[in-house]
Amino acid sequence: MTIAVLALQGAFLEHERALKKLGVDFFEIRQAADLTTPFDGLILPGGESTVMGKLLHELHLYVPLKKKIQAGLPVFGTCAGLILLAGEVIGGSMHFGTMDISVRRNAYGRQLNSFYTEAPFEGIGTVPMTFIRAPYIASVSGDTRILARADGHIVAAMQKNQIVTAFHPELNEDLRIHQYFLDSIRVPATVSSSYLS
Amino acid sequence: MSNQQENRYELNKQLAQMLKGGVIMDVTTPEQAKIAETAGACAVMALERIPADIRAAGGVSRMSDPKMIKGIQEAVSIPVMAKCRIGHFVEAQILEAIEIDYIDESEVLSPADDKYHIDKTRFQVPFVCGARDLGEALRRIAEGASMIRTKGEPGTGDVVQAVRHMRTMNAEIRRIQNLRGDELFEAAKQLEVPIDLLRYVHENGKLPVVNFAAGGVATPADAALMMQLGAEGVFVGSGIFKSGNPEKRAAAIVQAVTNYTDAKLIAALSEDLGEAMVGINEQEIALIMEERGK
Repeated sequence: MTIAVLALQGAFLEHERALKKLGVDFFEIRQAADLTTPFDGLILPGGESTVMGKLLHELHLYVPLKKKIQAGLPVFGTCAGLILLAGEVIGGSMHFGTMDISVRRNAYGRQLNSFYTEAPFEGIGTVPMTFIRAPYIASVSGDTRILARADGHIVAAMQKNQIVTAFHPELNEDLRIHQYFLDSIRVPATVSSSYLS
Repeated sequence: MSNQQENRYELNKQLAQMLKGGVIMDVTTPEQAKIAETAGACAVMALERIPADIRAAGGVSRMSDPKMIKGIQEAVSIPVMAKCRIGHFVEAQILEAIEIDYIDESEVLSPADDKYHIDKTRFQVPFVCGARDLGEALRRIAEGASMIRTKGEPGTGDVVQAVRHMRTMNAEIRRIQNLRGDELFEAAKQLEVPIDLLRYVHENGKLPVVNFAAGGVATPADAALMMQLGAEGVFVGSGIFKSGNPEKRAAAIVQAVTNYTDAKLIAALSEDLGEAMVGINEQEIALIMEERGK
């Protein structure tokens, strides 16, 4: 299995470090030529969604990646990555818009309000959650499933091939959410039931 | 440090991690801030005068008017940074009070204290500081900086000092990596830095915080040069809004930082950018800002 990591801006190295620990092959996508390498899943990292959104277009990555996601490519978005996938962005512009969630950008305010907490994640248990100028999910629709709540807000969700977190699993040593994403690629149909049992 | 303080310091280092691979642009008005955000800046530095104008104007240069900074905070959704004078902890308190996302304790402004830097461990908001070498970088981190940038020589459009500082820092990091464990104590003494920070460098081959390039970056090629030399991102000060076509130049520098090893792309990005900022050579500088705050 090979995972592509969108490496236009932000904390992509941190995701790569997690993948390395899990023994998974990965490579970076920085321009359209990188798409010629086949891959089984895509990670959209944290960073600034405005920057990534702009570079996706300028580097001719937007259309091919959106098509792949719509065709069922497994994708995992954290923080800015979540914003890239959201169908509605309150306080910002929509990018891929492939997921039936409404997200509020900079929902907690400025850096002074960034925080760390721990909360239950569906099927995994309590996980560390680092929120950096983070968004939260204001609402979900369609067949989107809520995976975690913290502080009264939805902070993780899943819809078919798409998994998103408002926090940054890549900043902590805990690898279970990355493992969850990889498991969803290996056994797409059974992941939810096996994790729920 | 208490648990809560440690937690806050981690969060502040982590915000810098989110800025990596990005370009932080100096802006003096809400309009410029919007241009920078649209061009792909990952953060903006709000200041009254860009370094080139500070040089031209002379006199004492201070923290910007909080009203002007607030105007920029309202204009954009990306993080907003602002500068305070070296050692001026009340300017820093003011910037914290208006909930700035990052404070730059900067040699670009006139130092308020010629001996002591701000005790940055006493603040909730993060600080970035300039450094010319490993000793300066680790001293600033010991004082609580959660991000480092090269000093370069701001407002000159001349990248030579930023190159020198980045090369110096990375050469020193390689040297520390190759020492025997029992040689670190002497190295810490010589560098005048805490042993625990030096041990981190020895074991990890990098600073314990994110390290950006700053000072004199004026072209996409300058930005890519700094990235290839090991910078994790780039500050561009006077280089953008002192140039002929700020929008185009800013966007080109952003792309060059993402694809900093792709010479063909950088060649295309470098076409038709209009006039670059004029620049001052090293030998022509009357005021050496990098000497401030060691």
